[in-house]
Amino acid sequence: MKKFILVLISAALSVGCASSATDKDYSAQAINLLKSDFKSKGPVTVERILKQDDVQKYCSALEDREGTLDEFAAIRDGQLKTVKYPMKGEYLGDWKEGLKIAGNAKGGQYSDSIGSENGGNCYGCHQLNKEEIAYGTLGPSLYQYGKLRGSSEDIYKYTWAKIYNAQAFVACSNMPRFGHAGILSEQQIKHVMALLLSTDSPVNQ
Amino acid sequence: MKHLKQLLFFMIALQWTVQVFAESAPVEQGDIYKELIEDGNPAEFREMRGKEVWQQKAGPNNVSLKQCDLGKGPGVIKGVYVELPKYFSDAKKVMDLEQRLIYCKTTIQGLTYEQAISSPLSIAGHASDVEALVSYITAASKGMKMAVKLDHPLEKEAYELGRKLFFYRAGSHDFGCVTCHSNDDKRIRLQSLANLLNPNDAQATYTTWPAYRLSQGEVWSMQHRIIDCLRQQRFPEVTYASDSITALTMFMAKNAEGGIYNAPAIKR
Amino acid sequence: MAQPMRIRAKLKGDEVEAKILVQHPMETGLRKNVDGEKIPAHFIKTLVVKYEDKVVLESVLGIAVSKDPFISFSFKGGAKDGKLSVTWTDNLGETRTDTVTVD
Repeated sequence: MKKFILVLISAALSVGCASSATDKDYSAQAINLLKSDFKSKGPVTVERILKQDDVQKYCSALEDREGTLDEFAAIRDGQLKTVKYPMKGEYLGDWKEGLKIAGNAKGGQYSDSIGSENGGNCYGCHQLNKEEIAYGTLGPSLYQYGKLRGSSEDIYKYTWAKIYNAQAFVACSNMPRFGHAGILSEQQIKHVMALLLSTDSPVNQ
Repeated sequence: MKHLKQLLFFMIALQWTVQVFAESAPVEQGDIYKELIEDGNPAEFREMRGKEVWQQKAGPNNVSLKQCDLGKGPGVIKGVYVELPKYFSDAKKVMDLEQRLIYCKTTIQGLTYEQAISSPLSIAGHASDVEALVSYITAASKGMKMAVKLDHPLEKEAYELGRKLFFYRAGSHDFGCVTCHSNDDKRIRLQSLANLLNPNDAQATYTTWPAYRLSQGEVWSMQHRIIDCLRQQRFPEVTYASDSITALTMFMAKNAEGGIYNAPAIKR
Repeated sequence: MAQPMRIRAKLKGDEVEAKILVQHPMETGLRKNVDGEKIPAHFIKTLVVKYEDKVVLESVLGIAVSKDPFISFSFKGGAKDGKLSVTWTDNLGETRTDTVTVD
């Protein structure tokens, strides 16, 4: 009986090992393709995409395996720790600047210039104010975001953290980690905060 | 309590209806627009130019591409595109259409690799002869079913590599193809996004490239579109006609299996 | 250099349906290139269609019409094998005429 179980276990392990060995090959080969076929240009470097961070590596692997709730929770906890809140609790900037950031899809592409300011391209994925009908649906509507949630310290903190690092709340979120990845500056995030939360912002009319 | 439940249900249903309506109205306009632009596709001019390029003598060997074997024998262009990418035993590698054209330009016409890849991408106001060639050759597959095979081990490998690249999230924005192309009925701004993991969407997408893009006023090949996607994904610059592009193309072309090819098409 | 047009003329009942695909940059003169310089205006001013010797369409295009214009219209009084000719003239004085017979 013991021998039978041992055989079963080793069979299962070898099958498991065989499939992960195949996966490893393609991963390594894919990295080699990236290395040979891509060139750094403008603000984008090959080095950065060759070195996925832990989250990117984990989330990319979800094509082949189901994540567990514990793993997701660990990601959320880890990502929340990266959030840098603003000094003196001053969360809100100018919503008019926030609108510009929301409509600016540039920044971070190899066709953009190094050092140029990045946009957030919020409209790419989200509805914001009622007037702008050219909005995407990859993310939920943010129409009346502040009106529906109020202006408590908790909401301010949550919204800040969400923009700074969306994966603090949704592991492997499709939303870029605007603060953590250095896409938007602290001042820019304040402007987006004002767009979402200030009472006279067009989002909350 | 019952009334409260009914009221709550009604309000949720109302909000859902309003949201669905708000989300669908601009997209329906887009469908009407699509119908209107289908008549009179300037891609026809690119096809005409492509035929000229195919037939003109070039290179130190001063011959045309008419002996080029694109997978169904020398000079055969009918039905080749719906079977590409594929393994070519003379080159000992999997090639997409543009890699194969480069192979023919270098081996048959005697051009150098650099000459063969010169000006491959149309930019607004300057049409590329390579994309004209692609338009001509792809048009010869119109009406035929996508039939890419994964018989050869290298063909299987190209598909798996394409799949790995598709799911590879990296760079400043954590984007991979998967970020935008793995769910049904999503859009960026007002541009609907195909779910390339869904056979229906994969077919509808792959069978309509190359396309005359009204936003560019030029025909773009599938390769050109992939290159631009990677740029917008905040990836570094990919080399034209590289194996990464072939791998991604293989992944999409195989996922589009059975779709009826209908390009060069016209898009915004 | 003036590029050829693609013209299709088909008799449908008692009307000829004409579809004209024109190759022209239709540059408005307002666009800037990557270096910030204005791209010079280059657009079709008039487009005239004649059936045999009779003018059946006279149009003024201009900068509101985009690149590679497509024009489709119908007219009565045409017949199979009749001659349809299309002539455009642009702001730089370039002109092009293409002719087909009605199907």
